[in-house]
Amino acid sequence: MLRRTFVTAAASVLVAIGMLSAAEAQDRFITVASTTSTQDSGLFDALLPAFTAKTGITVKVIAQGTGQALDTARRGDADVVFVHAKSQELKFLEDGFGVKRYPVMYNDFVVVGPKSDPAGIAGGKDVVAAFKMIADKKAPFVSRGDKSGTNSAELKLWKAADIDLPAVRGEWYREIGQGMGATLNTANAMAAYTLSDRGTWIAFANKGDLGIVVEGDKKLFNQYGVMLVNPAKFSTVKADDGQAFIDWLVSPEGQSAIAAYRIDGQQLFFPNANDPKA
Amino acid sequence: MRDTTSMLPLIVRDLRLEMDGRTLLDVPLARIQNRQRNVILGPNGAGKSLFLRVCHGLIAPTSGRIEYTLPVSATEIRRKQAMVFQKPVMLRRSVRANFTHALAMAGVGWYERRRMADEAMAQFGLSGLADSPARVLSGGEQQRLAIARAASLGPDLLFLDEPTSSLDPTASRQIEDMLDVLHERGVTLVLTTHDLGLARRFADVIFFFHNGRLVEENDAERFFTQPETEEAKAFLEHRLFW
Amino acid sequence: MQQDAVPISSILSLLTGDGGNFLGIIFLSLQVTITAVTCAGLVGLPLGAGLALVRFPGRTVIIVLVNTMMGFPPVVAGLAIFLLLSRSGPLGELGLLFTPKAMMIAQFVLVLPIIVALTRQTIEDLWTEYQDHMTSLGAGRLRSIPTLLWDARFSLVTTLLAGLGRASAEVGAILIVGGNIAGFTRTMTTSIALETSKGDLPLAMALGVVLMSLTLVINSLAFGISRVGARFSGKS
Repeated sequence: MLRRTFVTAAASVLVAIGMLSAAEAQDRFITVASTTSTQDSGLFDALLPAFTAKTGITVKVIAQGTGQALDTARRGDADVVFVHAKSQELKFLEDGFGVKRYPVMYNDFVVVGPKSDPAGIAGGKDVVAAFKMIADKKAPFVSRGDKSGTNSAELKLWKAADIDLPAVRGEWYREIGQGMGATLNTANAMAAYTLSDRGTWIAFANKGDLGIVVEGDKKLFNQYGVMLVNPAKFSTVKADDGQAFIDWLVSPEGQSAIAAYRIDGQQLFFPNANDPKA
Repeated sequence: MRDTTSMLPLIVRDLRLEMDGRTLLDVPLARIQNRQRNVILGPNGAGKSLFLRVCHGLIAPTSGRIEYTLPVSATEIRRKQAMVFQKPVMLRRSVRANFTHALAMAGVGWYERRRMADEAMAQFGLSGLADSPARVLSGGEQQRLAIARAASLGPDLLFLDEPTSSLDPTASRQIEDMLDVLHERGVTLVLTTHDLGLARRFADVIFFFHNGRLVEENDAERFFTQPETEEAKAFLEHRLFW
Repeated sequence: MQQDAVPISSILSLLTGDGGNFLGIIFLSLQVTITAVTCAGLVGLPLGAGLALVRFPGRTVIIVLVNTMMGFPPVVAGLAIFLLLSRSGPLGELGLLFTPKAMMIAQFVLVLPIIVALTRQTIEDLWTEYQDHMTSLGAGRLRSIPTLLWDARFSLVTTLLAGLGRASAEVGAILIVGGNIAGFTRTMTTSIALETSKGDLPLAMALGVVLMSLTLVINSLAFGISRVGARFSGKS
């Protein structure tokens, strides 16, 4: 009697495994290594169904920091990379891992901070000046510290502000080595400043006391590019389907889908595939 | 009268068991006769259980031999003997499954097993308990199950370690009745006890142990009327000595 | 704070609202975890029993190693499997990275030492009780393994539950090898990690409550079955 119970349990597990194998026999899909900002902001949830409906190709998105996403592609574990750190992308191309870089869109970074504004920078338009103030006042600042696109943008801003980070950093500067969302959660909990992409910020639900303190500086623009992983390096890369995704992203149809994505009436991403310098 | 098909008598020669330099068993010669009721008697700690375990092959002796009359293979020796332990091992299964498991280990086929188990249970009045979990049986029932389970294997030689030591008089009586049945069936019985009453009622042959040594091997009647050794005399007169 | 401590409304909207997606996540979680634990059980139970009974040189070393592996950091396990399964890794050909199967492998690796170690302990204890009887029946240590496994079945259910607990609570390893792909490798725990990173703490908490409830149901069922069974075959 008990034996039968055990046998039934074992059988149902085998059936489950069988179903799984069946479910996995999906026809066409590509793997895209992308950034947490595109996923956490909800952009992909809005874009992908339209692409899949048109082409029959399913897109599997691995959301990582830009550095990690490029690394995933370097190992041959993705077909397409869709990230936002131009210098790292160019290096990737140079090393022969990518075929061609296409600019897709930009959004911008914003400096967010607590209402108490200990560095007194709220409402400013000059991000470099604001960073100087933060360092001078040793106001708490949370850094991603994960080699992501946002992280490298942040480091560039410290440099532009002539702040020698290794020399001045202390208690106030906290690298947490995590994604944008976790960084915002931490900034909220510690009443600290941080740099965020606008998309993640708008979609972020746990703002608490945080608000935008600096925005609109040209230096805060954040360009996204997309590249096919080089099939000459990895024969497993789905070159045709991957290229189809890229072509769709930069096509008028893809570009207007990006422009149409809004949260609370705010446009998060601005298509600029036609700007060759981006 | 010698049974030419039996591997008995079993003869133990120059048997010694030592551990950490201490001699635990010393049996120069012992003969376990076919179809006899052999009782191993002695005070606690005399080495009775150890002797049983060595004879059954659970413990390898330091030196000495255990000889069987017919030349038989080790597997066959194993098949033709069984043992009931002082604290019977009850598998966490039904009474019936305890039988079928032992039979399966002895290589009996699937259908045959069930039939033999039912037969053994019927013989020893356990049929009513067939589907009960073995571990909730009373002490007496567990001991009956253990003996019936051993008997179902059809051994020529059955070792029993203190089969009645922890039982009340009624349960002890039932065990003795079972042993009588097995004796009549021709099974050679070897049991340890420190219960003089049981030994008197039951034994054909007495092996008297003291301090690990086989002191006296004697016909039961003679042993109780005219023991040959001082130690045995002292034991029978309840003058315990150490 | 106007947020509910326990976001009942969030849980309700999860379950009743646009439920297809959410149910898919639950189903995948259960599938990955149960498959991993089942496979780990099929391998680990005999292995643990063998380790309990069979004497061989280096046995003690292996026991210590297995006990240590019980505390294997999931992230390290995940990373190791990631490197193995990556297209650039030795098993890259199989194309398993970022699939549910990769997550099953990761959980299998994490759960196996727990099952082996706990099974070894259980079987060793039972063997001290059964040794005389089994030897008397002519069954050696190897041949006794099935008997011991079956007779220890109710203790071993607890062992499997310990494995299930580790697997279902795990997020670090499956995040790395599964990639948290929506609708494909997104499980309860990776969803919780994702919603936390989106700052949707009530939703993350709601998912956590659902996960806890599921675990509670599974454990209650297993405990109940094993209790009834244990009573049936006598107290263990």
